[in-house]
Amino acid sequence: MQIVVLLKAVPVVGTERLDAAGRVDRSAGLEPNGNDEYSLERALTLTEAHGGEVTILSVGPAAATDPIRKTLAMGAARAVHVLDPGLIGSDMAATARVLVAALRRLDFDLAFAGADSSDGGGGLVPAMVATQLGLPYLSYAADVEPLDGAVRVRRISPGGYHVIEAPTPALVVGTQLLGAPRYPSLRGIMQARSKEVATWTLADLGIDPATVGEAAAGTRLLRTETPPPRGRALVVRDGPDAAVAQVVAFLAARGLA
Amino acid sequence: MPRRVLGSGAPVDFAPSPEHELLRQTVRDFAVREVEPVVAQHERERRFPSDVVAMLGPMGLLGIPFPEDEGGAGLDTLAYAIAVEELARVWGSLALVVAAHTSLGCGPIHTAGTPGQKERFLVPMAQGRVLGSFGLTEPGAGSDSGGTRTTARFEKGPGDGTWVIDGTKRFITNARYAGTYVVTARTGTRSDGSPEIGAFIVTDPTPGFSVGRIEEKMGLHASSTGELIFDRCRLPADQMLGGRGDGWKLFLRALDGGRIAIGAMAVGLAQAALDASVPYARQRQQFGRPIGSFQGVAFMIADMATEIEAARLMVYRAAWLKDQGRDHALAAAQAKLFASEVAQRATNAGIQVHGGYGYMEEFKVERYLRDAKLTELGEGTSQIQRLVIARRLLDLEVM
Repeated sequence: MQIVVLLKAVPVVGTERLDAAGRVDRSAGLEPNGNDEYSLERALTLTEAHGGEVTILSVGPAAATDPIRKTLAMGAARAVHVLDPGLIGSDMAATARVLVAALRRLDFDLAFAGADSSDGGGGLVPAMVATQLGLPYLSYAADVEPLDGAVRVRRISPGGYHVIEAPTPALVVGTQLLGAPRYPSLRGIMQARSKEVATWTLADLGIDPATVGEAAAGTRLLRTETPPPRGRALVVRDGPDAAVAQVVAFLAARGLA
Repeated sequence: MPRRVLGSGAPVDFAPSPEHELLRQTVRDFAVREVEPVVAQHERERRFPSDVVAMLGPMGLLGIPFPEDEGGAGLDTLAYAIAVEELARVWGSLALVVAAHTSLGCGPIHTAGTPGQKERFLVPMAQGRVLGSFGLTEPGAGSDSGGTRTTARFEKGPGDGTWVIDGTKRFITNARYAGTYVVTARTGTRSDGSPEIGAFIVTDPTPGFSVGRIEEKMGLHASSTGELIFDRCRLPADQMLGGRGDGWKLFLRALDGGRIAIGAMAVGLAQAALDASVPYARQRQQFGRPIGSFQGVAFMIADMATEIEAARLMVYRAAWLKDQGRDHALAAAQAKLFASEVAQRATNAGIQVHGGYGYMEEFKVERYLRDAKLTELGEGTSQIQRLVIARRLLDLEVM
């Protein structure tokens, strides 16, 4: 079973900064997007159990090398890094087009993506990719089970879960319910040194630079700002009677009771 | 087998290799997520962290600097120092378990073991299936390790004969929890009257070997420090490590490497004190402003950070020299001496920054001070380090 995991390199959570143009600064200090790591973990356990290999596909800046290295140390067999100065400022649609072009050059039974990213949080790219490639789209996976020529996914929904099946190749969007990602072993870190990281440019993918990047973006970033810190939360741990009294007092102090 | 040395090999290059960076991040993530939540309880209950140690083996953290064919992760001493530093930053006791196991338990077998001894003893240790320990210190042999009283008497017998060990070792790190101990014993007297010291590999259980009293220490409460008792303990001849009389040299060499790890542990503890002090000095308000805005506090923080950086670089340089196969005895002694004294000052300053809160167990900085004190004592006291350094510089028998 061949699995491609779409990886977004995001700023280390808690250290996000905006650059002068108001974009998320991705020049340094990147890590794998958390939801992508859950998907990768499941991809690795599936290939360990059923054979096959995991390939990482990432569209990102030069600094994405570090998170890519981590995924190789965790156990992915190889990586494709789409790196091109023309990609700076690409919106979700352009990113999806690039991923689609790259995926057309890779053999896979399953493509995995994370439910959303910890920086942009758009959550649309995997659906765009699946749509453009005509792949079944199985989102919010809490469990993934390979079948013969198909895949079964337990999809979380607001009211419970759905069990859905689709023929492969298919695209699965993973959630943290897939299980905690492993830590790279030291041996894995050393082995990652000799694993292939192919760097593909827009020219390699046959993509016209005029169709991606900031100038071609169909959406425009008007303004970004850091949300104000949240106020202190009141956590009530007492028994019901004392808790009710505290909650009522809390509301009364704010004129709400 | 040539050592794989990471880094660019440029004459001066302070940029860690990507592998070293990833290792640091991995150990840090692991320490913060998996280890930190259990530290307080283990320390309070003086409970050895068997459950956490069991997680280290599969990650390769119990055989970092040893080649893969010896069960290790195939990294270098610098990687090992970084890992110990990051563990100490969260938990001194765990860092000491790893340092004693790796440098002192595995180190001598890696250096002097026969292929058969490596296969049988080192591989399971470096893979993390068996914890290692090192028995040098005795009631009458601390800094003066030449005062070793434990004896090994050779008896001809079945096979190649046996060694019969008698004596007691004291203050042995990982006692009771180790499965393999490397210990020294007198095998005879040299022509100049000095003791002939041999090194032996003892596995637990072995008839005649037992672990005695476990000490209650000032700090590092979750690490185990205890007595090893040998009462006509018989070892087959092939459990002698190195040649007859090589034990002494072998142990000095292990200590050179071990000092790098204790230096790294000191850096980690000092860094922990700084990590706690910076946010505290920014948040804690007195006289209507953060206490970090008073020079009295701010300059303590500046000194801590500066000294820690110097100590770290000395430790890394000693590690680098070892990885280059160069003489590292002086650099290791200097790094250990300086880093342990920096740790003492920085962890003390950490309490001072916290004021009265720093004296309370809840704020953890008092633990860093108690734990850091060990680094001025273990693997040679600061006085012994100064002797080692002065002897090298003066070429005199400084006493």
